Amino acid sequence: MGELATEKHVQYILSVEKRKDDFISVAMEYLRMNGAYWGLTTLDLLGKLDAIDVDEVVSWIMKCQHESGGFGGNIGHDPHILYTLSAVQVLALFDKLNVLDVEKVTNYIAGLQNEDGSFSGDEWGEVDTRFSYIAICCLSILHHLNKINVEKAVSYIVSCKNLDGGFGCTPGGESHAGQIFCCVGALAITGSLHHIDKDLLGWWLCERQVKAGGLNGRPEKLPDVCYSWWVLSSLIMIDRVHWISKEKLVKFILDCQDTENGGISDRPDDAVDVYHTYFGVAGLSLLEYPGLKAIDPAYALPVDVVNKIFFGR
Amino acid sequence: MHGRPRKDPKPEDAAASVAKAEKLRSLQSQFLSNHHNKIYTNEALEVNTKLLEVNPEYYTAWNFRKLAVEHRLSQSDSDPDSIKSIFSEELKVVESALKQNFKSYGAWHHRKWVLSKGHSSIDHEMRLLDRYQKLDPRNFHAWNYRRFVAALMNRSEVDELRYTTDMINSNFSNYSAWHNRSILLSNLLQRKVQGFFPKELVLNEEYELVHQALFTDPDDQSGWFYYLWLLDQTVKADAPLLVSSWPARDSLIILEDQCLDDRALSPFNTFHSDSGTFPLIVYFNQAVEGVNSSTISVESVLNANSELNWKPLSTNNSQTAQVWVTYLNYPKVDVHSEAYPVEVSIGHSGGIISSSGFHYSHPSRFAFKVFARPVKTPIGHGGEIISWQDGNFALYETSPEEPNPTISLDQLNSKDDNEKTSSEWRAETIANEIALFQELLSEISCKIGKLTLARLLKAHDTLLSPCANKMVYSEEVIKLYSDLRVLDPPHSQFYKDEHSLTLLQQITSTRESLLRYCFLHGDGTSSFIGNSMCLRLNNLSLSRMGSIERLLWVQMLDLSHNELRSIEGLEAMQLLSCLNLSNNKLSGFTALGPLRLLKLLKVLDISCNQIGSHSIDTTRYLCSSPLCHTEEMDWGRDETVTADVNLANYWEAFVIFRGLSLTQLDIAGNAVADEKLKSFLVKIVPTLKWLDGGELH
Repeated sequence: MGELATEKHVQYILSVEKRKDDFISVAMEYLRMNGAYWGLTTLDLLGKLDAIDVDEVVSWIMKCQHESGGFGGNIGHDPHILYTLSAVQVLALFDKLNVLDVEKVTNYIAGLQNEDGSFSGDEWGEVDTRFSYIAICCLSILHHLNKINVEKAVSYIVSCKNLDGGFGCTPGGESHAGQIFCCVGALAITGSLHHIDKDLLGWWLCERQVKAGGLNGRPEKLPDVCYSWWVLSSLIMIDRVHWISKEKLVKFILDCQDTENGGISDRPDDAVDVYHTYFGVAGLSLLEYPGLKAIDPAYALPVDVVNKIFFGR
Repeated sequence: MHGRPRKDPKPEDAAASVAKAEKLRSLQSQFLSNHHNKIYTNEALEVNTKLLEVNPEYYTAWNFRKLAVEHRLSQSDSDPDSIKSIFSEELKVVESALKQNFKSYGAWHHRKWVLSKGHSSIDHEMRLLDRYQKLDPRNFHAWNYRRFVAALMNRSEVDELRYTTDMINSNFSNYSAWHNRSILLSNLLQRKVQGFFPKELVLNEEYELVHQALFTDPDDQSGWFYYLWLLDQTVKADAPLLVSSWPARDSLIILEDQCLDDRALSPFNTFHSDSGTFPLIVYFNQAVEGVNSSTISVESVLNANSELNWKPLSTNNSQTAQVWVTYLNYPKVDVHSEAYPVEVSIGHSGGIISSSGFHYSHPSRFAFKVFARPVKTPIGHGGEIISWQDGNFALYETSPEEPNPTISLDQLNSKDDNEKTSSEWRAETIANEIALFQELLSEISCKIGKLTLARLLKAHDTLLSPCANKMVYSEEVIKLYSDLRVLDPPHSQFYKDEHSLTLLQQITSTRESLLRYCFLHGDGTSSFIGNSMCLRLNNLSLSRMGSIERLLWVQMLDLSHNELRSIEGLEAMQLLSCLNLSNNKLSGFTALGPLRLLKLLKVLDISCNQIGSHSIDTTRYLCSSPLCHTEEMDWGRDETVTADVNLANYWEAFVIFRGLSLTQLDIAGNAVADEKLKSFLVKIVPTLKWLDGGELH
């Protein structure tokens, strides 16, 4: 088995940041805030966050903030809860949450809660349990969870629970590992994991491991490195991660590296991107791969960053 | 990028990409300028349409379209045709965006937005969906959209159920269709819609459907999950039931106000406490809320003047729990005192509700007697060290008249005729299914088939228990799990956990089997604990603890030399005063969360585990803490103790140990247990007298 090509991945992430001319870079401009979170968290896990000019990042982030308090995916783009969480997470990485007008950001998020407890992604009303997670995670990091009706938020998430133990986007929606992460994460942060049948969900999740060692997101689908995060973090939060083979999954992730040019792809020999590079490295961190910082399975930030937020003084 | 091959771009491709990028960049910047300047002209919309055709995930462009529609509607003369054409245009844009990316959240939401304004028709949308769902039968966006349309346009659930039948019949390997079927069918069954009652008939048909799928391709997972759900529907009672209690039904409990000193009594039913109270524990088959002095009435002279306070045994401070406890006062201690009867009635007034909303519906009653004895000579409190060495234990030899310690309460509820039919149907169904899968497995070796058979056999034993009070199939189940570990190595720990649970069921199923694990500790006089009976479940390769509902009486428990990673459920053992968890696989202090609820715990051995050896803590969110907002960190009270340590590193130890009143702790043999931690522990547990075998001063 190969090793993690740490130096290559660092170079890859730094190069993506600078690349602006090819089609994919232009097409992805709208979610640059997510990209910043994926890339910078990866660098931190690899111990290389100091390669970044903090002030430059922080000032760009603040330029993406809308007068409503929410953040857009890039300068000039509309605010959305998806990018608001990434902005807050990146600021947390750099210990720069103090630059925020916390009241304003938290008001924006709390304003997106609907009567039934669910959350809209923005003013246009798309509802999804992803947004429930984001709202809860973000408000918790900013110590303002009391701004929303947590009980209703939890009961909406519980109403999306399926008969296989997993969760979907909205009530009745099919279980999907990404969605399960969001719901388990939101329940973890609100101390509500007792709503989960850990054995039922744990078995469904551990059956996501296919023969090759990788994890898929739903039954009878192909494995993909990103599920190393969605499935693993969920299994860890419910204490069932020992039900899969860690060795085989480590091998699968390492096999998806581009050892020449850096970066990690969805499956071996596919094209790499920052998203999969992050999920690969974060997955390896959850698998306790040597040399990586530990990542928190619920807040999706390095454990030291989370501990500082909640136990610092 | 999903599924795009990794290759160096050819020079001509790179050039093409730059050209395409240039074009997209120009569209994006024109669009942003229109958006910022609120320009909703036809030209601006055309730019937007082109942009979304190329990049349907560009969410701001969808927002712009909605603004543009609102703008155009406000400008139009409310002529129905022009309104219709505005919305038709939007539906077209969505369709072409979906051609580019079938998984575009923005496109699907835009379509929902248009429909919620009352445009399009159910026929049109269903035709579109049929086309899309043929192309990609597993697309969850399309399925979600289908549910949205069906609900919005009041399409009947029976029609939708028929659609899932068609999808399943055309391809059994469609988990999405099975899933939707489970949702629709649950609704139909719950509402007892005509044709969906009684439940038994419907489920019989479903078994037939899923058998076809499983027998066609036993290695495909899709049908198996549905099958598991059917099995669950077959065996699980919706309403919460009382499973066991301590004191157990019809038991006589001897309470000692100091210490056991009369060996003539059975250690199974003696209990000692200094606090003048003893616990009353009720154990349900599932988590419930609403246990209080009005839903459970306790009649006894012991609590005549006070209302009982029931506490949920929940590790995350929730008001929902499977096990609840309250405390009763000791009767007057007197050599000649009588045995006081206590009668407990549960569920005679409503209010006990399961998490899924079902009411406790079988009012039940049980009684026990307590008897308090004084001690002749008070003996020291924790002055002596408790040793877990084998030499200190002797197998317990019982006398025939001793009460059965494992007596449990379930199924004392009376059953009406309707339930009798359904329980016969259950037993018959399970028996048929067992026969079917035994036959299937005699022909092929199939992992999930074996697992399902193991689950069926366990379900069989659970249905019969505790009337039979015997596990008919446990040997076969254990063998199946052993086979599975070989057949499916990546999931071997899952099978090992199941194996452990089955083994514990077997051990606790009869009095004879349980007595093989019961030992007397020490010589009976040197022990400060009230009861010297120790349940020794050591050296059994247990990776998981279970059957705790049958072990509520245990006060001294040896779980050493197993492979436990967690002690989930142990919080129910409210009588526990001595616990040996040494030589297991506990990997963090947070795994000890259940101990925080054991108020009588005095002696704890967690030596030789893996605490401190792991960077990832798998019980971090199962333990109550500020991370999950179930409690605040009250460092302030312990300012002097915590001033010189890095709290981010010590919070787990602080959370777990600060509330315990341990007198003896063994923690050596864990990576975390350095001198600094030990001195921290000594400060936060002032009751501690022995640490790692050494006496503290």
